[in-house]
Amino acid sequence: MLNKLLFAILLASSFHVLAGETGLDNYKTYCIQCHGMEGNGKGINVRDMSVIPRDHTDVKSMSARSDDELFKVIKEGGASISKSNLMPPWGETFSDEEIKDLVQHLRELCKCKYGS
Amino acid sequence: MKKSAHKVLLAIALLSLASTASAVDGMAVLQKDCVACHDIKGPAPQTLQALWDRKGPDLFYAGNKYRQEWLVSWMQKPVRIRPAGEFYGDHIKPGAKGDEIDSSTLTNHMAITESEAVAVAAELMKLKPNDELIAKEKIEPGTISKMMGEMNFDKFQGCMACHLIEPEYGGFSGPEVYTAAQRLQPEFIASFIRKPQAWDPKTWMPNKHVSDQSIQKLVQYLQVIGKESAHAK
Repeated sequence: MLNKLLFAILLASSFHVLAGETGLDNYKTYCIQCHGMEGNGKGINVRDMSVIPRDHTDVKSMSARSDDELFKVIKEGGASISKSNLMPPWGETFSDEEIKDLVQHLRELCKCKYGS
Repeated sequence: MKKSAHKVLLAIALLSLASTASAVDGMAVLQKDCVACHDIKGPAPQTLQALWDRKGPDLFYAGNKYRQEWLVSWMQKPVRIRPAGEFYGDHIKPGAKGDEIDSSTLTNHMAITESEAVAVAAELMKLKPNDELIAKEKIEPGTISKMMGEMNFDKFQGCMACHLIEPEYGGFSGPEVYTAAQRLQPEFIASFIRKPQAWDPKTWMPNKHVSDQSIQKLVQYLQVIGKESAHAK
Protein backbone atom coordinates (compact mmCIF):
# COMPACT_ATOMS: atom_id res chain seq x y z
CA MET A 1 0.00 0.00 0.00
CA LEU A 2 2.74 2.37 1.06
CA ASN A 3 4.79 1.35 -1.95
CA LYS A 4 1.89 2.12 -4.26
CA LEU A 5 1.44 5.52 -2.67
CA LEU A 6 5.15 6.30 -3.02
CA PHE A 7 5.04 5.19 -6.64
CA ALA A 8 2.05 7.44 -7.31
CA ILE A 9 3.81 10.43 -5.72
CA LEU A 10 6.95 9.73 -7.69
CA LEU A 11 4.98 9.46 -10.91
CA ALA A 12 3.08 12.67 -10.23
CA SER A 13 6.22 14.61 -9.43
CA SER A 14 8.01 13.38 -12.55
CA PHE A 15 5.03 14.47 -14.64
CA HIS A 16 5.33 17.87 -13.05
CA VAL A 17 8.96 18.15 -14.17
CA LEU A 18 8.09 17.00 -17.68
CA ALA A 19 5.24 19.47 -17.90
CA GLY A 20 7.56 22.39 -17.10
CA GLU A 21 6.77 25.36 -14.95
CA THR A 22 3.44 27.20 -14.89
CA GLY A 23 2.85 30.45 -16.77
CA LEU A 24 2.39 32.35 -13.52
CA ASP A 25 5.60 30.99 -11.98
CA ASN A 26 7.62 31.74 -15.10
CA TYR A 27 6.10 35.21 -15.29
CA LYS A 28 7.03 36.07 -11.72
CA THR A 29 10.56 34.76 -12.20
CA TYR A 30 11.53 36.18 -15.58
CA CYS A 31 9.02 38.79 -16.75
CA ILE A 32 8.46 40.95 -13.67
CA GLN A 33 12.03 42.27 -13.70
CA CYS A 34 10.87 44.61 -16.50
CA HIS A 35 7.09 44.22 -16.80
CA GLY A 36 6.55 44.64 -13.07
CA MET A 37 5.16 42.61 -10.20
CA GLU A 38 1.68 43.71 -11.22
CA GLY A 39 2.32 43.36 -14.95
CA ASN A 40 1.87 47.11 -15.41
CA GLY A 41 5.19 47.68 -17.23
CA LYS A 42 6.82 49.28 -14.19
CA GLY A 43 9.43 46.72 -13.15
CA ILE A 44 12.58 47.55 -11.16
CA ASN A 45 14.64 47.73 -14.36
CA VAL A 46 12.73 50.42 -16.24
CA ARG A 47 14.24 53.60 -14.78
CA ASP A 48 16.90 54.11 -17.45
CA MET A 49 15.26 52.32 -20.38
CA SER A 50 14.83 54.18 -23.66
CA VAL A 51 11.68 52.17 -24.40
CA ILE A 52 9.26 51.41 -21.59
CA PRO A 53 8.11 47.77 -21.36
CA ARG A 54 4.58 46.87 -22.40
CA ASP A 55 1.87 47.26 -19.76
CA HIS A 56 0.33 43.78 -19.80
CA THR A 57 -2.82 45.02 -18.11
CA ASP A 58 -3.54 47.46 -20.94
CA VAL A 59 -6.50 46.06 -22.88
CA LYS A 60 -6.07 48.31 -25.91
CA SER A 61 -2.48 47.38 -26.76
CA MET A 62 -2.73 43.76 -25.64
CA SER A 63 -5.88 43.03 -27.63
CA ALA A 64 -4.10 44.43 -30.69
CA ARG A 65 -1.66 41.48 -30.61
CA SER A 66 -2.58 37.96 -31.67
CA ASP A 67 -1.55 34.95 -29.57
CA ASP A 68 0.88 33.99 -32.34
CA GLU A 69 2.53 37.41 -32.17
CA LEU A 70 2.84 37.17 -28.38
CA PHE A 71 4.33 33.70 -28.75
CA LYS A 72 6.82 35.00 -31.30
CA VAL A 73 7.91 38.03 -29.29
CA ILE A 74 8.52 35.91 -26.18
CA LYS A 75 10.43 33.23 -28.07
CA GLU A 76 12.39 35.43 -30.49
CA GLY A 77 12.47 38.83 -28.80
CA GLY A 78 11.22 42.34 -29.54
CA ALA A 79 13.25 42.74 -32.74
CA SER A 80 11.38 39.81 -34.32
CA ILE A 81 8.20 41.89 -34.48
CA SER A 82 10.02 45.19 -35.13
CA LYS A 83 9.89 46.22 -31.48
CA SER A 84 12.65 47.10 -28.99
CA ASN A 85 15.55 44.69 -28.52
CA LEU A 86 15.37 45.48 -24.81
CA MET A 87 12.83 42.64 -24.93
CA PRO A 88 15.17 39.67 -25.29
CA PRO A 89 14.43 36.28 -26.89
CA TRP A 90 13.47 33.68 -24.29
CA GLY A 91 13.57 30.65 -26.57
CA GLU A 92 16.49 29.08 -24.71
CA THR A 93 14.81 29.64 -21.35
CA PHE A 94 11.31 28.31 -22.01
CA SER A 95 9.93 25.32 -23.90
CA ASP A 96 7.27 26.08 -26.55
CA GLU A 97 4.72 24.63 -24.16
CA GLU A 98 5.80 27.05 -21.42
CA ILE A 99 5.59 29.98 -23.85
CA LYS A 100 2.02 28.99 -24.73
CA ASP A 101 1.20 28.99 -21.02
CA LEU A 102 2.78 32.44 -20.71
CA VAL A 103 0.61 33.73 -23.56
CA GLN A 104 -2.42 32.42 -21.65
CA HIS A 105 -1.15 34.15 -18.53
CA LEU A 106 -0.88 37.43 -20.47
CA ARG A 107 -4.49 37.00 -21.56
CA GLU A 108 -5.48 36.63 -17.91
CA LEU A 109 -3.52 39.77 -16.97
CA CYS A 110 -5.17 41.94 -19.62
CA LYS A 111 -8.50 40.12 -19.30
CA CYS A 112 -8.66 40.39 -23.05
CA LYS A 113 -8.44 38.44 -26.30
CA TYR A 114 -7.06 39.33 -29.70
CA GLY A 115 -9.38 41.78 -31.44
CA SER A 116 -11.65 42.23 -28.44
CA MET B 1 57.04 16.65 39.58
CA LYS B 2 58.87 19.74 38.45
CA LYS B 3 60.25 17.87 35.46
CA SER B 4 56.84 16.66 34.30
CA ALA B 5 55.41 20.20 34.60
CA HIS B 6 58.18 21.39 32.31
CA LYS B 7 57.31 18.69 29.83
CA VAL B 8 53.67 19.72 29.80
CA LEU B 9 54.61 23.35 29.25
CA LEU B 10 56.92 22.37 26.42
CA ALA B 11 54.19 20.30 24.82
CA ILE B 12 51.72 23.19 25.03
CA ALA B 13 54.28 25.59 23.57
CA LEU B 14 55.00 23.21 20.68
CA LEU B 15 51.32 22.66 19.99
CA SER B 16 50.52 26.35 19.85
CA LEU B 17 53.52 26.94 17.58
CA ALA B 18 52.30 24.23 15.24
CA SER B 19 48.78 25.64 15.06
CA THR B 20 50.07 29.15 14.30
CA ALA B 21 52.29 27.84 11.56
CA SER B 22 49.63 25.70 9.90
CA ALA B 23 47.45 27.44 7.29
CA VAL B 24 43.73 28.00 7.78
CA ASP B 25 41.68 25.10 6.44
CA GLY B 26 39.74 26.76 3.61
CA MET B 27 37.34 23.87 3.17
CA ALA B 28 36.50 23.94 6.86
CA VAL B 29 35.67 27.66 6.64
CA LEU B 30 33.58 27.03 3.52
CA GLN B 31 31.65 24.27 5.27
CA LYS B 32 31.17 26.32 8.41
CA ASP B 33 30.35 29.77 7.04
CA CYS B 34 29.41 29.55 3.36
CA VAL B 35 27.32 26.51 2.49
CA ALA B 36 24.15 27.75 4.18
CA CYS B 37 23.74 30.25 1.30
CA HIS B 38 26.11 29.00 -1.43
CA ASP B 39 26.09 25.69 -3.25
CA ILE B 40 29.62 24.29 -3.51
CA LYS B 41 28.59 20.91 -4.91
CA GLY B 42 26.14 21.54 -7.77
CA PRO B 43 24.22 21.01 -9.89
CA ALA B 44 22.63 24.42 -10.48
CA PRO B 45 18.88 24.74 -9.79
CA GLN B 46 16.82 22.67 -12.21
CA THR B 47 13.43 23.98 -11.09
CA LEU B 48 12.04 27.41 -10.25
CA GLN B 49 11.54 26.36 -6.65
CA ALA B 50 15.25 25.54 -6.36
CA LEU B 51 16.08 28.85 -8.04
CA TRP B 52 13.91 30.83 -5.62
CA ASP B 53 15.48 29.00 -2.68
CA ARG B 54 19.00 29.99 -3.72
CA LYS B 55 20.32 32.64 -1.34
CA GLY B 56 23.65 33.44 -2.98
CA PRO B 57 25.52 32.74 -6.21
CA ASP B 58 26.47 29.12 -6.79
CA LEU B 59 30.12 28.52 -5.98
CA PHE B 60 30.50 24.99 -7.28
CA TYR B 61 32.12 26.37 -10.45
CA ALA B 62 33.95 29.20 -8.67
CA GLY B 63 37.31 28.12 -10.14
CA ASN B 64 35.92 28.55 -13.66
CA LYS B 65 34.35 31.89 -12.84
CA TYR B 66 36.23 34.16 -10.46
CA ARG B 67 39.60 35.87 -10.37
CA GLN B 68 41.36 34.58 -7.31
CA GLU B 69 42.82 37.93 -6.21
CA TRP B 70 39.39 39.50 -6.36
CA LEU B 71 37.91 36.74 -4.18
CA VAL B 72 40.64 37.28 -1.57
CA SER B 73 40.05 40.99 -1.40
CA TRP B 74 36.22 40.94 -1.64
CA MET B 75 35.70 38.36 1.09
CA GLN B 76 37.51 40.64 3.54
CA LYS B 77 35.45 43.69 2.58
CA PRO B 78 32.29 42.45 0.89
CA VAL B 79 30.02 44.91 -0.91
CA ARG B 80 26.75 44.26 -2.71
CA ILE B 81 27.08 43.24 -6.38
CA ARG B 82 23.44 42.40 -7.13
CA PRO B 83 21.43 45.55 -6.31
CA ALA B 84 18.26 43.51 -5.74
CA GLY B 85 19.98 40.52 -4.14
CA GLU B 86 19.25 36.91 -4.94
CA PHE B 87 16.57 35.90 -5.73
CA TYR B 88 15.68 39.41 -6.94
CA GLY B 89 11.92 38.68 -6.84
CA ASP B 90 12.13 38.33 -3.06
CA HIS B 91 13.61 41.80 -2.62
CA ILE B 92 11.28 44.08 -4.57
CA LYS B 93 7.98 45.74 -3.77
CA PRO B 94 5.46 47.84 -5.66
CA GLY B 95 6.04 51.60 -5.18
CA ALA B 96 4.34 54.84 -6.18
CA LYS B 97 6.21 55.11 -9.50
CA GLY B 98 6.66 51.39 -10.04
CA ASP B 99 8.49 48.49 -8.43
CA GLU B 100 11.39 49.33 -6.17
CA ILE B 101 14.06 47.46 -4.26
CA ASP B 102 12.97 46.55 -0.75
CA SER B 103 16.23 47.20 1.11
CA SER B 104 14.76 46.03 4.40
CA THR B 105 14.88 42.45 3.08
CA LEU B 106 18.53 42.57 1.97
CA THR B 107 21.26 41.35 4.28
CA ASN B 108 24.95 42.19 4.15
CA HIS B 109 27.50 39.53 3.33
CA MET B 110 29.73 38.44 6.21
CA ALA B 111 33.44 39.32 6.14
CA ILE B 112 36.30 36.96 6.93
CA THR B 113 39.93 37.58 7.88
CA GLU B 114 42.77 37.82 5.37
CA SER B 115 44.17 34.38 6.19
CA GLU B 116 40.72 32.84 5.93
CA ALA B 117 40.06 34.64 2.64
CA VAL B 118 43.34 33.38 1.16
CA ALA B 119 42.55 29.82 2.21
CA VAL B 120 38.91 29.92 1.05
CA ALA B 121 39.83 31.47 -2.32
CA ALA B 122 42.46 28.77 -2.88
CA GLU B 123 39.85 26.12 -2.13
CA LEU B 124 37.24 27.75 -4.39
CA MET B 125 39.68 27.95 -7.30
CA LYS B 126 39.87 24.15 -7.26
CA LEU B 127 36.18 23.91 -8.18
CA LYS B 128 36.25 23.66 -11.96
CA PRO B 129 33.55 21.34 -13.30
CA ASN B 130 33.05 23.47 -16.42
CA ASP B 131 36.55 23.47 -17.92
CA GLU B 132 35.05 22.29 -21.22
CA LEU B 133 32.86 25.39 -21.54
CA ILE B 134 35.81 27.64 -20.70
CA ALA B 135 38.07 25.87 -23.24
CA LYS B 136 35.63 26.79 -26.03
CA GLU B 137 36.26 30.51 -25.50
CA LYS B 138 39.18 32.38 -26.98
CA ILE B 139 39.60 35.98 -25.91
CA GLU B 140 41.09 38.02 -28.75
CA PRO B 141 43.58 40.70 -27.77
CA GLY B 142 42.23 44.18 -28.41
CA THR B 143 40.18 46.95 -26.95
CA ILE B 144 37.23 49.13 -27.80
CA SER B 145 36.45 52.78 -27.16
CA LYS B 146 34.13 53.33 -24.24
CA MET B 147 31.61 55.02 -26.53
CA MET B 148 31.46 52.18 -29.07
CA GLY B 149 31.45 49.60 -26.31
CA GLU B 150 28.58 51.29 -24.55
CA MET B 151 26.61 51.58 -27.76
CA ASN B 152 27.01 47.84 -28.34
CA PHE B 153 26.15 46.96 -24.74
CA ASP B 154 23.21 49.33 -24.38
CA LYS B 155 21.68 49.80 -27.79
CA PHE B 156 22.60 46.78 -29.92
CA GLN B 157 22.43 44.09 -27.25
CA GLY B 158 20.13 45.74 -24.69
CA CYS B 159 22.15 44.45 -21.70
CA MET B 160 21.71 47.67 -19.69
CA ALA B 161 18.07 46.72 -19.22
CA CYS B 162 19.14 44.49 -16.33
CA HIS B 163 22.74 45.50 -15.52
CA LEU B 164 24.25 48.67 -14.07
CA ILE B 165 27.13 49.93 -16.24
CA GLU B 166 27.95 52.57 -13.64
CA PRO B 167 26.68 52.98 -10.09
CA GLU B 168 23.77 55.13 -11.20
CA TYR B 169 22.90 53.87 -14.67
CA GLY B 170 21.23 50.68 -15.84
CA GLY B 171 18.99 47.94 -14.49
CA PHE B 172 18.86 46.22 -11.12
CA SER B 173 17.85 42.59 -11.51
CA GLY B 174 21.27 41.40 -12.67
CA PRO B 175 24.71 41.89 -11.13
CA GLU B 176 26.43 45.24 -11.71
CA VAL B 177 28.83 44.92 -14.64
CA TYR B 178 31.17 47.87 -14.08
CA THR B 179 33.09 45.58 -11.72
CA ALA B 180 32.62 42.41 -13.78
CA ALA B 181 36.13 42.41 -15.28
CA GLN B 182 37.67 42.77 -11.83
CA ARG B 183 35.62 39.88 -10.52
CA LEU B 184 35.42 37.42 -13.39
CA GLN B 185 37.69 35.53 -15.76
CA PRO B 186 37.21 36.86 -19.31
CA GLU B 187 36.52 33.37 -20.71
CA PHE B 188 33.73 32.95 -18.16
CA ILE B 189 32.18 36.27 -19.18
CA ALA B 190 32.27 35.20 -22.84
CA SER B 191 30.88 31.74 -22.12
CA PHE B 192 28.07 32.99 -19.88
CA ILE B 193 26.98 35.56 -22.48
CA ARG B 194 27.10 32.88 -25.20
CA LYS B 195 24.89 30.47 -23.29
CA PRO B 196 23.81 31.43 -19.78
CA GLN B 197 21.71 28.27 -19.47
CA ALA B 198 24.78 26.06 -19.92
CA TRP B 199 25.96 27.40 -16.55
CA ASP B 200 22.66 27.97 -14.83
CA PRO B 201 19.61 26.42 -16.57
CA LYS B 202 17.03 28.56 -14.75
CA THR B 203 18.95 31.88 -14.74
CA TRP B 204 16.90 35.00 -15.48
CA MET B 205 19.53 36.09 -17.99
CA PRO B 206 18.33 35.18 -21.49
CA ASN B 207 20.45 33.79 -24.32
CA LYS B 208 20.46 36.68 -26.80
CA HIS B 209 22.33 34.70 -29.46
CA VAL B 210 25.18 37.20 -29.42
CA SER B 211 27.65 36.73 -32.29
CA ASP B 212 31.30 35.79 -31.65
CA GLN B 213 32.42 39.25 -32.69
CA SER B 214 29.93 40.98 -30.40
CA ILE B 215 30.92 38.76 -27.48
CA GLN B 216 34.54 39.91 -27.95
CA LYS B 217 33.34 43.53 -28.00
CA LEU B 218 31.29 43.04 -24.84
CA VAL B 219 34.26 41.49 -23.00
CA GLN B 220 36.49 44.36 -24.15
CA TYR B 221 33.94 46.93 -23.03
CA LEU B 222 33.63 45.33 -19.59
CA GLN B 223 37.42 45.46 -19.32
CA VAL B 224 37.38 49.17 -20.19
CA ILE B 225 34.71 50.09 -17.62
CA GLY B 226 36.22 47.66 -15.10
CA LYS B 227 39.57 49.47 -15.22
CA GLU B 228 37.84 52.82 -14.93
CA SER B 229 35.89 51.70 -11.88
CA ALA B 230 39.03 50.23 -10.26
CA HIS B 231 40.83 53.57 -10.72
CA ALA B 232 37.89 55.48 -9.29
CA LYS B 233 38.20 53.61 -5.97
